[in-house]
Amino acid sequence: MDWNSIWHFIFGRLTMQAFVHDPIMAGAGIMEIVALVVAIGLVTYLKKWRYLWKNWFTSLDPKKIGIMYFIVAAVMLLRGGIDALMIKAQQSTATADAFLSPDHFQQIFSAHGTIMIFFVAMAMIFAMFNLLVPPQIGSRDVAFPLLNSISFWLFAAGMVIVNAPLIVGEFSNAGWLAYPPLSELQYNPGTGVDYWIWALQIAGIGSLLSGINFFTTILKMRTKGMKMMKMPIFVWSVLGTTSLIMAVFPILTVTLALLALDRTLGTNFFTSYNGGNPMMYVNLIWAWGHPEVYILVLPAFGAFSEIVATFSRKKLFGYTSMVWALIAITFLSFTVWLHHFFTMGAGADVNTVFGIMTMIIAIPTGVKVFNWIFTMYRGRVRFTTPMLWFMGFVVTFAIGGSTGVMLSVPPANFQFHNSLFLVAHFHNMIIGGVLFGVFAAITYWWPKFTGFYLNEKIGRYAFIFWLSGFVLAFAPLYILGFMGAVRRLDHYDPSLGWQGLFIVSGVGVLLIGIGVALQIFQVIVSVLQRKKNPAPADAWDGRTLEWSMSSPPKEYNFAVLPEVTTRDAFWEQKLAMKRHAPEPVKYQDIRLPKPSFIGPLIGGLSMVFGMAVVWHVIWAILVSLVAIIVVLMVRLLRDHDEQVISAAKVEKMEAAL
Amino acid sequence: MSETVMEMDIIRQERQEVANRKTLGFWIYLMTDVVLFSSLFATFAVLRNAVASGPSGQDLFSMPFVLGETLVLLTSTFTIGMAVVLAKRGFKIAALFNLLLTFGLGVAFLVMELTEFTEFVHEGASWQTSAFLSSFFALVATHGLHVAFGLLWMLGLGIKMIRRWGKETDLGRLALLGTFWHFLDIIWIFIFTFVYMIGVLG
Repeated sequence: MDWNSIWHFIFGRLTMQAFVHDPIMAGAGIMEIVALVVAIGLVTYLKKWRYLWKNWFTSLDPKKIGIMYFIVAAVMLLRGGIDALMIKAQQSTATADAFLSPDHFQQIFSAHGTIMIFFVAMAMIFAMFNLLVPPQIGSRDVAFPLLNSISFWLFAAGMVIVNAPLIVGEFSNAGWLAYPPLSELQYNPGTGVDYWIWALQIAGIGSLLSGINFFTTILKMRTKGMKMMKMPIFVWSVLGTTSLIMAVFPILTVTLALLALDRTLGTNFFTSYNGGNPMMYVNLIWAWGHPEVYILVLPAFGAFSEIVATFSRKKLFGYTSMVWALIAITFLSFTVWLHHFFTMGAGADVNTVFGIMTMIIAIPTGVKVFNWIFTMYRGRVRFTTPMLWFMGFVVTFAIGGSTGVMLSVPPANFQFHNSLFLVAHFHNMIIGGVLFGVFAAITYWWPKFTGFYLNEKIGRYAFIFWLSGFVLAFAPLYILGFMGAVRRLDHYDPSLGWQGLFIVSGVGVLLIGIGVALQIFQVIVSVLQRKKNPAPADAWDGRTLEWSMSSPPKEYNFAVLPEVTTRDAFWEQKLAMKRHAPEPVKYQDIRLPKPSFIGPLIGGLSMVFGMAVVWHVIWAILVSLVAIIVVLMVRLLRDHDEQVISAAKVEKMEAAL
Repeated sequence: MSETVMEMDIIRQERQEVANRKTLGFWIYLMTDVVLFSSLFATFAVLRNAVASGPSGQDLFSMPFVLGETLVLLTSTFTIGMAVVLAKRGFKIAALFNLLLTFGLGVAFLVMELTEFTEFVHEGASWQTSAFLSSFFALVATHGLHVAFGLLWMLGLGIKMIRRWGKETDLGRLALLGTFWHFLDIIWIFIFTFVYMIGVLG
């Protein structure tokens, strides 16, 4: 045994070379290391490790898991945002000497897309599920609390893997969906695509488990009297989203697994030889990918529905049609995946069917938009920050929806395909739809889970910068798309006359950057001034059950589980309370799951597994895999651990409010 | 006194609800597994004629052998059904014996499958040979992996049941394992039909 083979056995294909990057990449890596060291140092200095481990990392309380999702998503939003800034800086200056190498530029846009979809948008919606679903259905917990923790830690493991290439190795340069044959070993022998595959695979399995968990929660754990058609509309949107997750994430799992097999065991699924079929990959990934965009946007729709009703002080207009629109979108979203590649050459008939199905989705979506507007009509509208986000959303989403219908026309699509017109369209939907929805939701539900309001004034400024920056950043892309600029462009000829519009777009992204900075500032100011802006339990004169919990809620949510007779259950409770005084309540023991270290353990082992597969470290793959199986087996065969909060203690805690 | 009785009732009711939830959740998981296998079947359907210069299903598959595999798996689905029913009625020895039979048949099935795989590879038909064989191995081996996982589960649960016979929660687990096993059987029927039978017909 020589030194080389020992090294190879221990570290796989990892070499010192993997740590060497060009100056700009190295800068990013150093920034990441510094951030990590500062975070770890701070926790150590404040002696908070025990507290974090006991109260957060091992917690099975969905409220805490939701907050952890949110924090990770916020950090990842900054990471993806820096990527966006670099893309724009490159494109605004790309006629002269571009400052990024083509390969680095490709890694940046691949990372930007991957991180924004999987580790920001998905994480934000899971944060919302965890925080809102149990209280809105009048429940104390989710159906499978430990599974919920495992889901989060799988997601966290994926997050670590997707950020690792800044320090060691390289990230995928094959775009956010890594089309083969470019993503095959032949053209991409490095670690990049493997990092991409395993980050998504591990996080994706977490998402699938969450989907199963929340679907079961909604079906099985609604409080007494809450029939399906009495659920808050946000819960309906989660039901739609989780149905989609369960139906399509297995497809993603298979697709990624097959690509990984091609790359590691030399199979021929998507290669360009031995009968491999790259278009099979494109079909599979979009059979997941199209429903995925609805997975992201449905919860945003749900959140807006709650927000509009509350701030218009009216019940939601057309509840039943809202529900059916959600169900229609859920089903239709399976029937349109081919519109992502009309240019495949499936023929006029196939393209026509998918084009028409795509246009049909505009109908239920339109129903929802009009319902929101009719909810505002003759309402006593309070123009708070969440409502500003809502109105920004309606406008941008309508524009994005219209350009979506333009894209759905197959002959026209041959012109738009892969152009910046498309890029502008989907940013319109995902920023204007998902992200604005998430921001509105954060502002709206913040007081519920912290006990104080976010600063309204700074929030408004943040909104103004976000909206104007957004228009400035993406309106030029529509025009550039018509002028023939394609996506993922790292340089272009100055004679094309594109640079002016690219610079305008870059300025727009800078404005968005100011908006983000203001949001961070808003959170800091609000935390510092929390004594000045305390939020009561019913912070906005709300309509749904979560507003009947204390702010922040106790770990058991409700001391006595509420009984429901109507929609907008809390609103009706308030009206009833005005008529006659509430009866004295009788408390009972409350049983909740004990904290468990299984979640972080499985997450940690999965992270080791992912990194080991990327670097071909055989022994670590086997060890982590066996360890995961053993941990699961031991845990699955054990009975539940519970902690009891006695009735007397509940009474004391409630009296202290 | 009545306080405690009431409390016990509530606990029992909560336990029952947890068990119901688990059953529903497990069924939903099985449905997601259906989607997983569907994707693999779809991939196989698209790639089954992409034999490149390698052998086709007609050249490779030996139907008597596959029929043998099928019968072994079908018998095991009967024995696990017996194990679930017998355990529910409290027949310890008979139930555990049937579980052991199931385990043996499961192992036999896996051994047969691996024998077939090795034979193919020796004949120069590995997963690298053609897209058809890639999709064949991926689909059939994914089923095999599920069987292997089921066997591990059976082993763990069997040992637990010998050591602490009569626990309500273990009966629930055994029922879920039975469901899982039947599910794998159904998947195998589809593999038998769409991969082997249609493959031999060409």
